[in-house]
Amino acid sequence: MIKTAPATTTAARMQTAFSEGRLTWSGLALTVFSILVYLFLYAPIIVLVVFSFTRDEFGVRWTGFTLDWYIRLFNNPRMMGAAWNTLVVATVSTIVSTIIGTLLAMAMERYRFRGRNAMEGLIYLPIVVPEIVMAVALLAFSAIVFDLIKLATGETLRRSLTTVTIGHIAFSISFVVVVVRTSLKNFDRRLEEAAADLGADSWNTFWRITFPLILPGIVGGALLAFTLSLDDFIISLFLSGPGTSLLPVEVYNRVRRAVTPEINAISTLMLILSMALVALSQLLQRRR
Amino acid sequence: MATLQQQQQGRDRIRLALLLTPGLLWLVLFFALPLVIIFVYSFMTNDALGRVVYQPTLDNYITVFTQSLYINAYWRSIWTSVLTTVICLLIGYPLAVFIARSPQQWRMPLLMLILIPFWTNFLVRIYAWQIILANNGIINGFLELIGVGRLPLLNNEGATLIGLIYGELPFMVLPLYAAIDRFDFTLMEAAADLGANKIQAFLRIMLPMTMPGIVAGSVLVFIPTLGQFVVSELLGGAKVDYLGNLIQRLFLRANPINWPLGSAMAVLMMIVLLVLIMLYFRATTEEER
Repeated sequence: MIKTAPATTTAARMQTAFSEGRLTWSGLALTVFSILVYLFLYAPIIVLVVFSFTRDEFGVRWTGFTLDWYIRLFNNPRMMGAAWNTLVVATVSTIVSTIIGTLLAMAMERYRFRGRNAMEGLIYLPIVVPEIVMAVALLAFSAIVFDLIKLATGETLRRSLTTVTIGHIAFSISFVVVVVRTSLKNFDRRLEEAAADLGADSWNTFWRITFPLILPGIVGGALLAFTLSLDDFIISLFLSGPGTSLLPVEVYNRVRRAVTPEINAISTLMLILSMALVALSQLLQRRR
Repeated sequence: MATLQQQQQGRDRIRLALLLTPGLLWLVLFFALPLVIIFVYSFMTNDALGRVVYQPTLDNYITVFTQSLYINAYWRSIWTSVLTTVICLLIGYPLAVFIARSPQQWRMPLLMLILIPFWTNFLVRIYAWQIILANNGIINGFLELIGVGRLPLLNNEGATLIGLIYGELPFMVLPLYAAIDRFDFTLMEAAADLGANKIQAFLRIMLPMTMPGIVAGSVLVFIPTLGQFVVSELLGGAKVDYLGNLIQRLFLRANPINWPLGSAMAVLMMIVLLVLIMLYFRATTEEER
């Protein structure tokens, strides 16, 4: 069969494909397959949410509705403390990594300098180094620093929320740089030139022109940093000290012992928080 | 005029320094330097109390290369990571095609549905499988109902693999979608018009043109899988040791802990990763020619 005109739109392509009888079976198979994959992706999440309301004490069977596990959760000082720690670490880590990352993105996008390629490597390396390597490296590093501090001042320091936060910032910076650089790349620099022509100094130009225009990128980077910190388990496990537990570490310690519906409940709450963050980031992107 | 220009240059240099310094300091101090430290540690000795003794040795590397516990962990982790990556690719590619070929108004929602698990806590998503696969969980309940009886679904390597595929699939789909979305599907029709069958058209047109997405997705899946220890602990029942399990134990829980040996394992893992990724890049770019 000879085609006279190239099909341009998806609808037109699909129509010709259907009339030629090409798309039906393979297309149907692809659709069914994809639905199954989506089911595979969502079944565990749905199960988790549903079983946070079950009366079953192991949380793996449906034996009736209850809110007990949520009530117990909110009355569990250990869990609530861990949740609070997690939010504090995520907030501090987000603020610091967003500032540092945005500055780095500006430097990388706007300046040519010696050692720029090495800097590029240093920025992207944390993304490709397995997290467990980064975690043990930071653990070893903190031990050495603590030893040195003890030698110098006699003060004994322990791993704490501070060490965790430092680690979270170290891996978040790279992701912030990636996101902010994208918005700097799409930026029309003539706007800055225009501002300069109209007599604005560089300080004014930045705050009045550049910053508002790249703000969606900065917020996107911040949201990513926040989620990364909330979700992080490996670095949190290695760098948190005794008595300063974080939510994922607490969940891990309890899951290793036994499955309880209380864990289902806290997992459900973490899930809702993640979804809210995705929704927020999508909303911001749409406004852009 | 020259002085004005010099002034401007000087100001630019100060500005650049202000932009660069915080990030450079942080990354050198809290990322690069710690990596150097475990590299150095990997050549040090451990005493009976688990303290690092600054006495150079190659023993750690010899131990890793000669004791089957460690060698097996490397093979198991590499093999499992390859398997996870390949299966994620086989599931993710058709799914990404499906999303990219969907009507315009459906694409964003379908992609969002991939993003939500991607942003959701990995630990929580893995834990969910414990509920599903548990001895008295829903699958076994169903199997009992239809008369098959309960099966030991949890605490084996199959469960580990399912968890890994489930956990990493979003990381495969997103870059694949980005590549396939850019692909012009009319090229497939052109190939068909020129006499190529579907398989030929796929292998010679679509596969090479979407290769960047395949490479990016594979690397994103392979790296965390190689060092994982959570999945094999929560779903595999910690019956066999993967690289991550051994490293975690040597650093945190062993009696005595052995940081030099753990460091050697971590350094070797990085080397394995680098070599494999380089080989992979070479293989995939050659295919393009």
